[in-house]
Amino acid sequence: MSYQPVKFYQTGTFTVGNRLLPPDVRSVQSTQRRTNSLNSGHRACQGCGEALGARYAMDAAMEATDRQLIAANATGCLEVFSTPYPETSWQIPWIHSVFGNTAAVATGIAAALKVKGRSEVRVVAQGGDGGTTDIGFGCLSGMFERNDDVLFICYDNEAYMNTGVQRSSATPGAARTATTMAVGEAPGNVFGQGKNVPAIAMAHEIPYVATATVAELHDLEAKVKTAMGIRGARYIHILVPCPLGWGHASQDTIRIARLAKETGLFPVFEAAYGEVTSVSRIRRRQPVEAYLRPQKRFAHLFGDPPNSAVIAQLQALADRNIRRYGLLEPQEAA
Amino acid sequence: MRKPFAITLDPGSSLANHTGSWRTLRPVYVDRLPPCNHACPAGENIQAWLFHAESGNYEAAWRLLTEDNPLPAVMGRVCYHPCESACNRAQIDAAVGINSVERFLGDYAIEKGWTFDQPAAPSGKRVLVVGAGPSGLSAAYHLTRLGHAVSIHEAGPVAGGMMRFGIPKYRLPRDVLEAEVRRILDLGVELKLNTKVDRILETMRAGAFDAAFLAVGAHIGKRTTIPAGATARILDAVSVLHSMEGEDKPLLGRRVVVYGGGNTAIDMARTAKRLGATDAIIVYRRTREKMPAHDFEVEEALQEGVMIKWLSTIKQAGEGALVVEKMRLDETGFPQPTGELETLEADSLVLALGQDVDLSLLENVPGLEVDGGVVKVGPNMMTGHAGIFAGGDMVPSERTVTVAVGHGKKAARHIDAWLRGAAYAKPPAHALAAFDKLNTWYYSDAPKTVLPVLDAVRRQSTFDEVQGGLDESSAQFEARRCLSCGNCFECDNCYGMCPDNAVIKRGPGQRFEFNYDYCKGCGVCAAECPCGAIEMVPEEI
Repeated sequence: MSYQPVKFYQTGTFTVGNRLLPPDVRSVQSTQRRTNSLNSGHRACQGCGEALGARYAMDAAMEATDRQLIAANATGCLEVFSTPYPETSWQIPWIHSVFGNTAAVATGIAAALKVKGRSEVRVVAQGGDGGTTDIGFGCLSGMFERNDDVLFICYDNEAYMNTGVQRSSATPGAARTATTMAVGEAPGNVFGQGKNVPAIAMAHEIPYVATATVAELHDLEAKVKTAMGIRGARYIHILVPCPLGWGHASQDTIRIARLAKETGLFPVFEAAYGEVTSVSRIRRRQPVEAYLRPQKRFAHLFGDPPNSAVIAQLQALADRNIRRYGLLEPQEAA
Repeated sequence: MRKPFAITLDPGSSLANHTGSWRTLRPVYVDRLPPCNHACPAGENIQAWLFHAESGNYEAAWRLLTEDNPLPAVMGRVCYHPCESACNRAQIDAAVGINSVERFLGDYAIEKGWTFDQPAAPSGKRVLVVGAGPSGLSAAYHLTRLGHAVSIHEAGPVAGGMMRFGIPKYRLPRDVLEAEVRRILDLGVELKLNTKVDRILETMRAGAFDAAFLAVGAHIGKRTTIPAGATARILDAVSVLHSMEGEDKPLLGRRVVVYGGGNTAIDMARTAKRLGATDAIIVYRRTREKMPAHDFEVEEALQEGVMIKWLSTIKQAGEGALVVEKMRLDETGFPQPTGELETLEADSLVLALGQDVDLSLLENVPGLEVDGGVVKVGPNMMTGHAGIFAGGDMVPSERTVTVAVGHGKKAARHIDAWLRGAAYAKPPAHALAAFDKLNTWYYSDAPKTVLPVLDAVRRQSTFDEVQGGLDESSAQFEARRCLSCGNCFECDNCYGMCPDNAVIKRGPGQRFEFNYDYCKGCGVCAAECPCGAIEMVPEEI
C-alpha cells in the first residue's frame, strides 16, 4: 500500500495539509521547511504541471534522503525553463545532461559515489516524456537492466512542449499536436502506437515502478519516499498536464490531472519486481468526455456532430485500464 | 577571477527574474460569509466557533459563541436551526449538526463551570429591561458587557419567560435553563421578580433609568368563538403549558383535542399525552405542508402517538364531544367549509391559535405606535418614543427563542450607541459563500451523527428530555464536518499547489500571503481552494 488516506476529518488527506492531522501524516509540501528544490523565478508557463511535479518529487526525495541528493536532468522543458544561463532555479545539486543520456549520466554519478564510498548520497535522474520514452529510452533500459542505484522520474506531459508541441511516443490517440494535426480522416495522433513505459519498466523486473499525478500529492510523496528507501533501479512516471500543449486553462492543471485518474485513462499504481502491488482507486468515476472536453487538443472530437466513434474508443481504453488494474472500489458486500 | 572555458558570467539565481510581471489576474485572499452565519437569527459566527471546536478547543469555541448568544445550552435544544437548513454540506451528504454541537458546548460549559468575562468599565448609565424571557436576558447580558447597569423587572415568579412557561420540560430541562440564567445574573444583572411594570414612563423615572428595553413577550392565548354548551371544557394552550410549572397539574381528561397547527399546538398535544391522555388529537384546518409547526416536531409527536386531523375545523363544543367540519383547500390554498360534519369525543378542548401581547404597560406613552397587536419598532429596535426599545415576541417577527435572542443583542448595540449619542453602524457583511464557490473534491465523505432519542414508551409517560446530547468525540467529529465555507482553514492547498512557489506560509493561525513578485496569476490556488477563500481579480495596468 502506498499510503492510507485518513477519512472522516474535515478534508482528510485530500488537501495538501490539514491542521487537524498529526504532523507525521502531513505532506512535505505543507511544511515551511520544504526544500523548494525548484525555486521561484523559473520561466515555466502559468499553471505548469511539470514545474509543480518536479518540486513535489524533488522536495520529497530531499526529505527522504536527509538532503543528500544529486539530480541529473535531461534536456527538455524542465531544463530549459529552470536554467537559462546564468540563472538557475534549482536549490539542489543538479547537473544537465544532453537529451538522450540522463540515465547514463545518473548511473555514472552513482558509480562515482560508490567508488568514493559516499553511499549516503543518492541519485535521481529526471526528464520529460521525450527524454524518457523516445530519445533517452536506450540508456534508460540499460540502467534498468543493470539495476543501477538510480531513481528515474519521468514527468509526462505527453509531447515535446518546449519545441512547440510535437508528438512523442507518450502522446495519446486522437490528440492534436503540431505534427499530428486535426485534419483528414483520422484527425490527431494515431491509435495503437506509442509506448507504455511503466509497463516496460515492470518488464525489466526492477525493484520498484510507480505512476502518480500532480493531483494526488500524498500518494506522490509516499511513492517517492518508498522509492528512496530502496536500492537499485527505480522508476516513477508522473502525469503533469501542460496548459500550453493540451490547451486547457492554466487554473485547471490539477483538475485535469485528477480527471485523468478519475476517468481511468491514467492508471495510478505501484509495482515491485514486475508485479502490481497496489492501485489508487477511482473515487468519483467520470466518463472520458469530462477529461477530454476542457482540452483544446481534443476539441476536434466535439464538433458538430461530435466524433463519437473516437470518444468511444478512448472510453474503451479507460475501461480496459479499469479492468486491468482493478481501479474501482470492490462493491461492499450487502 | 579566471572563469572556466566558455564561461563569462557568475552563476545566479532565478530569483532575479520577477515573473510577477506576467500576471493579468491577481489572486487575493478573501473572507466570505458562510451561509450558516447568514441564516442565524441570533447572528452567531458559527463557522468561527466550529473552527475552535474542530481542534478540541471547546472553551475558545464557547467564548466565541457566547459573544453573540448567552444561552447556548438552551438554544442547542430549542432552536429550529435555520443554519442547518442553509448549510452547504447538505448538498454533499447532510448538513453539519450545528445545533447538536452548540448544545454540547453549552452543556460542557455548565459542567466545567465556565463564567463570562467581566464587563467593560462602567458607563454610569442605567437601563431597564422589562421581562426576563430570552430577549430580555440577551439584552441584559449584552448591555452589561458593554458596561451599563441593567435591572430586569419580571412580572412572573421566576426568570425564563416562554422558555420556562411555554416550552415543555421534555424539550428543555429546567436545570439547564436555570444554569444559563444564573450565569447571566452572576455578571451583575439585577433581577426583580414578581415586579409587573404597569406604567413604563413612571418606572423609568422612579428608577432613574436612561433607557428601557421592553420584552414582555406574548402570553395571552387567542380565543375564537366556538358555540359551546355550558359544560364544555375549553382551555387555552398558553395557560395550560404555564400551569405545568405550578404545583397543580391541569386536568385535561382522557381524550384531549388541541385546536391549531403551530409549534404550541404540538407542544400541547405532546404534553397532554404525557399527562396521561389516551387520545391527544390535533385538529388543524389545512394540510401538513401548510402547517406552521416544524417538521421534526410533528414527526416526534406522531411517533409518540399524537393524532392529527387535517383539513378540519371545530364547529361546536359540547359535553364530552365536539362537532368537527371537514374542509377543502380552494385554488388559492385557503381552506373552505364543505358542510360535512362529524363528531369527535373529547373531554377537553385546548385552543392553540396564537398569542397576543399584553400592551397595558404602554398606555399614555407619547409617540409609541401599536399596529396589529404588536409594537412598531424602527430598524434600530427603538419604538416611536425616544429611549424606549422593544424586541422579542411583542414586535413584528417570527416568534422563536433564537429570534428573541437576536433582538436582544441588536437592541443592546443600538441602546449602547444611543446612550453615547451615536448611531450603531453595522459592519459591512462579506459576500455570501455560496456552494458554487467551493471545491468539494477535498471534503471526505462523512455522514451526520444522529442524536440519541429516548424510546417512545418513556416519551409517552414521562417528561424526560426526548433528545440526548452528543458525547465529546462525536461532537468533535460533527464540528469537523464543517466545510469552513468562505473562510481559510489553513489546508495548505494554495501553498502546496503553487507551481511558482509564490505563496508564503506564515505559520499556524497566521494564514498565507501571496508573493506578487513571482505569482504568474495562473489561478491554480483559487481553483483548488476547497472553501472559496481566494478570488482572482483583474490586474490594473
